[in-house]
Amino acid sequence: MDVIIENLPIYWDGFLRTLYLSVVSGVIALVLGTLIAAARVSPVAALRGFSTVYVEILRNTPLTIAFFFAAVVLPRLGVTFEQFEVAAIIALSTYTSAFIAEAVRSGVNSVPVGQAEAARSIGMKFGQVLGLIILPQALRTVIPPMINILIALVKNSSVAGAFYVLELFGHGRQLANANGDQVMAVLLGVAFFYLLLTVPLGILASTVERKVAIAR
Amino acid sequence: MTSVLYDAPGPKARRFSLIASVVGAILIAGLLALIVTTLAQQGIFEGRRWAIFTRGDVWTLIGNGIMATLSAAALSAVIAFPLGLMLCLLRISLVPWIRIPTRVLLEFLRGMPVVLMMLFVLLVLATSPFIAVVIGLVLYNSAVFAEIIRAGIQSLPKGQREAGLAIGLTSFKSRMLIELPQAVRRMMPSLVAQLVVLLKDTSLGYIVAYAELLRAVQVMADFLGNQYLFPIFFVAAGIYIAINIAVSRLAVWIERRGSNKTAGGVAPAIKTIDLQMPQAK
Repeated sequence: MDVIIENLPIYWDGFLRTLYLSVVSGVIALVLGTLIAAARVSPVAALRGFSTVYVEILRNTPLTIAFFFAAVVLPRLGVTFEQFEVAAIIALSTYTSAFIAEAVRSGVNSVPVGQAEAARSIGMKFGQVLGLIILPQALRTVIPPMINILIALVKNSSVAGAFYVLELFGHGRQLANANGDQVMAVLLGVAFFYLLLTVPLGILASTVERKVAIAR
Repeated sequence: MTSVLYDAPGPKARRFSLIASVVGAILIAGLLALIVTTLAQQGIFEGRRWAIFTRGDVWTLIGNGIMATLSAAALSAVIAFPLGLMLCLLRISLVPWIRIPTRVLLEFLRGMPVVLMMLFVLLVLATSPFIAVVIGLVLYNSAVFAEIIRAGIQSLPKGQREAGLAIGLTSFKSRMLIELPQAVRRMMPSLVAQLVVLLKDTSLGYIVAYAELLRAVQVMADFLGNQYLFPIFFVAAGIYIAINIAVSRLAVWIERRGSNKTAGGVAPAIKTIDLQMPQAK
């Protein structure tokens, strides 16, 4: 236990960086994912094709491959980052955006047909139908799966620790190497800080599920 | 393709859509051309860089990487599935002191980054990387399997369990003989989709020094020289993605094929990792 208390500032630093990676990547992924989902249901064939390929490829790419590409391959191709956080955020946000897009799309599909028909019959165009009628309802139904994706994002940010970003997992790995005799305590400490993020989010997801979800 | 979101396109809309498609295609082609010229300036397309793929030993290393990836995934899946079934039974047990600790355990396992579990096993139990990868994957995926099957059982029509109890089966026998087999069939698309996640997560083995495909890429690039990193990475990533897309397609195929052996039919794959199921009709 002592090793955790002694290194509490390091844990805290890692915790904040994990939080930072998750929040920044989460916001980018939410925006990007919603745009991709909108493209996926749009009348323009090229947009549909592009977004389908985007989602299919990213959903089937292991996160470690995405990280390897952003943090190892890109710099050797001449795209260098001042901080490795940027590479981590690129990998995390593009990877997560594919899942967000799928969730939003399933939300769009869950909105009753009559909503879109009513909107079209009063003369709304595609952008209005989607932006004013469908998406507000769709986003509401997909809040719980969205939160689950964000939980996965928090856990996924641990991969950044292996690609030169000293977040919770990265610090944990260094501490484990430095304190070879107390590895178990060190890693349980890391686990505790992850649970500090994921468990409340999980409870939030199930609460929101009961309260916000529209009964259909 | 028609959609409820927009009217069937008239001539004007079709022309607009065509123009937008052409402009979009040109933009994407331009972007690709930019990437390709940048890469070409770095000499990526020089024949000698790709000539390494004519060497047998490169393919041997890639093959070993694939085998390491697949064997870790297969072994984990084979262990995780029965374990998941067991955890599911414990999770829905009627006895609170079994049910509640199992629930806490499952929440714990699902709230943990898989790579952290792998590192824990590797360092604390001092195992080989292979064992660490397999145990990490088993712990996480058995918890997810348990939750998927539980969602399946809960989404079965109530009458299934009631009928089982009515003909005198015990609660446990009703679970084993009536509910579980139907739940597994019903949730097959989600279970196969989870296999894709498992397969993807084997690449986390890279971090705990397990010699899987990505690690093989790194080793070859270190050994042969950095100029080969991009070609090898490109091929390896392509292999990974191709395998995953194939398994994803399998899940979609199972979903489309349906089944008449389960009340309520086959449930569509749970999108993402959301475990909330619509009630069967």
